[in-house]
Amino acid sequence: MSTLAHDSKYQLVTRRLGLWLFILSESMIFIALLFTRFLMQGVYRPEELNQTLGLGITTILLISSFTANRAEVRIAQGDRTGFLRNLAITIILGLVFLVVVVAVEWPEALHFAPPSTGYGTLFFAITGMHAFHVLTGLIILIIIFFQGKRGQYSPEDHWGAESGVVYWHFVDVVWIFVYPILYLFGP
Amino acid sequence: MSWIKGILFGVVGYLAGYWLSISLGVERGTEAPFAIGYVFFFAGWLLGAGVWDHWARSWFGLENKTPPTKESHGWKRYFMFSTDHKVIGVQYLVTFALIFFLAGAFAMAFRYELMRPGRDWLSPKEFNTVMSTHGILMIAVAVSAIIGAFGNFVMPIQIGAEDMAFPRINALSYWTTPPVVFLILGANLLQGADYGFDFGWTAYPPLSTVAGLGKLFFLLAFMTLGLSSILGALNILITVIRLRAPGMTWGRLPIFTWGVFTTSFLSLIFTQFVFTGLFMVVLDRVAGTAFFAPDQGGGALLYENIFWIYSHPAVYVMIIPGFAIMLEILPTFARKPLYGYKWAIGGFFGIVAMSATVWAHHMFTSGMPDWMTVPFMAATEFISIPTGIIFLSALGTIWMGKLRLKTPMLFALAVVFNFLIGGLTGIFNADVATDLQLHDTYWVVGHFHYTIVGGEIFALFAGIYYWFPKITGRMFNEKLGKLHFWWMFLGFQAVFLPMFWLGYNGMNRRIADYIPELAGTNMWVSASAFLLGASFLVFIYNVVNSWVRGPQAANNPWGARTLEWQIESPPIEHNFHQIPTVTGHPYDYGVEGSVHAVLAPQAEAAD
Repeated sequence: MSTLAHDSKYQLVTRRLGLWLFILSESMIFIALLFTRFLMQGVYRPEELNQTLGLGITTILLISSFTANRAEVRIAQGDRTGFLRNLAITIILGLVFLVVVVAVEWPEALHFAPPSTGYGTLFFAITGMHAFHVLTGLIILIIIFFQGKRGQYSPEDHWGAESGVVYWHFVDVVWIFVYPILYLFGP
Repeated sequence: MSWIKGILFGVVGYLAGYWLSISLGVERGTEAPFAIGYVFFFAGWLLGAGVWDHWARSWFGLENKTPPTKESHGWKRYFMFSTDHKVIGVQYLVTFALIFFLAGAFAMAFRYELMRPGRDWLSPKEFNTVMSTHGILMIAVAVSAIIGAFGNFVMPIQIGAEDMAFPRINALSYWTTPPVVFLILGANLLQGADYGFDFGWTAYPPLSTVAGLGKLFFLLAFMTLGLSSILGALNILITVIRLRAPGMTWGRLPIFTWGVFTTSFLSLIFTQFVFTGLFMVVLDRVAGTAFFAPDQGGGALLYENIFWIYSHPAVYVMIIPGFAIMLEILPTFARKPLYGYKWAIGGFFGIVAMSATVWAHHMFTSGMPDWMTVPFMAATEFISIPTGIIFLSALGTIWMGKLRLKTPMLFALAVVFNFLIGGLTGIFNADVATDLQLHDTYWVVGHFHYTIVGGEIFALFAGIYYWFPKITGRMFNEKLGKLHFWWMFLGFQAVFLPMFWLGYNGMNRRIADYIPELAGTNMWVSASAFLLGASFLVFIYNVVNSWVRGPQAANNPWGARTLEWQIESPPIEHNFHQIPTVTGHPYDYGVEGSVHAVLAPQAEAAD
């Protein structure tokens, strides 16, 4: 039985809509956490925050979103090498972001804002929740990378790659809100 | 069997997670290894149940297994991983019926304690745990049962679809629910200081941040339930938006489908708030954060706000599908068009839109600024306007109708009656002046049981009786159905009507004791509760017996017009021989020349 629901173009839009609703739902977690930041601490921000590092990782994540977009465009044009290359750069940039947050930023923050303080609680909970999303995004991108290497995805059918990239953009957009609210707000 | 393999994989996952966290340097004896272990248990359970098979196999380039079908596995497919929306619907229905009876048994246990003043057989902590277990399990039933069972089984057929938009995510949201029950029961089995959770279903800090593994189990269970709810809602929204049959315009959508559709907006958006709130409590417990330490800027009020931003909309997640079933059944048995169809839909949307503006009415006694109370009181009372429109639609449908008082109709009428009492008594809770007196008393207990049990659970049973012939292909015993209805209806009134009086006289909820003056009424309530509990034995006997050896049901025993009644009972795989074309309104009972849908002739198409 062939129906509209089985038509691949129609199905693609259905899946896109599903992903967007998922992202809408997921954003609520961050909305709740970021509102909590203002409820608990107003716009207070410790002096010791490493601004250089904050700006650095933000730049890295923003660039990775750009390369992720390039990867999607390349596979849509049928350029598999360009797709894999851009995807690899995205994954490396994402890994750098994650490692810097967890291995450099967190140990530093432990000194001036331990989790037992109000700001420390927020800092670790929000960056931690974001880091978790970065991690899941990375796992998805790595799976896509290896599937792409095996010859999956074509200009006509690359929903898997597209969904991973859209999710990666979401992770990036979240950080665009997290960064100023944690690093820049306040006197 | 998905269950056995799931538990096996889950246990292995738990041990792996526990070991991993210990070897990564997490301190033994704290709660952190258990929390991390549970995450791995959960992943292992889903893996064993078969949820990841399709995705994971494609990641590693493996072949996919063929799904179990009616032909290949018969009734055993209900115990297996399946992506068929009808199988998942039945799995939801039976699982949540069992949870409902289990939670009812817990209510019997604490009603026995409350029969006489003073202490009978439960310690205060046991009482609170038993009461909280009843609460959270019933919340799970109220949030998931109708949407999970009928939202899955009936809704896709009503819109003329072959299945849900994302069948595998649908299965995922079902297989997410058993761990909830494992955790809640597990918390009841723990010994010593770890035993139980004594904070109701709301888990307010600071009580919920006090040590005790049982409390952690509760928090993880609630978070898991939230995940299931979100995924289910997402699936329903997309299915209704994308998979309607040709001609099934928004103005022809059956009212039950409208109900689960509008409800899903609430689940999708607000469940994340309770998830976040509970997550903060877990972080405070296992990671040493200070969300609820008052000296660090947070505190209990923060939790209450986040919690009720979800949990007030959650009561509409419970009741809107109940209203929807009521409005689905009334026209069928009144043989009249649904009165004010578009207004009723407007009522649903009105409730959805206003639901997030009323949460602080749960917190009038928690210490909020005076200027905030009146806006929340007003908003709460305004929400009775869309609710009233839905009521008007129900009454207009009954009005001058030729009512056929079959079992489903009796339950649907009881929804109207019970919710009226529940709604009217709610005004006193919404009103700041009276709420200060009534807060946390049995008045509130009576109120929410009249709305949720009297409204939603009666609608759930209406739905079970209404769609039973469609789901099983067999007819239930009408006499036993009516016996169950009257027994349950009268038992329900006998239990919950006196509670208003108890609350008004100052009996506190969630406390194992009360003033001796209330002994007589409590004895009456407890005795009636046991009677009410016994009424479900009739239901279980009737349903099990009819499912196994009941008479063959006609395809359309109620003479209904919606699509699910125009196909075989039980429906074939993928529901339709050919996708139907919808040509008219679903509720034009007695309207000359109106046809809801054109289906391909069954015999012809089967060739």
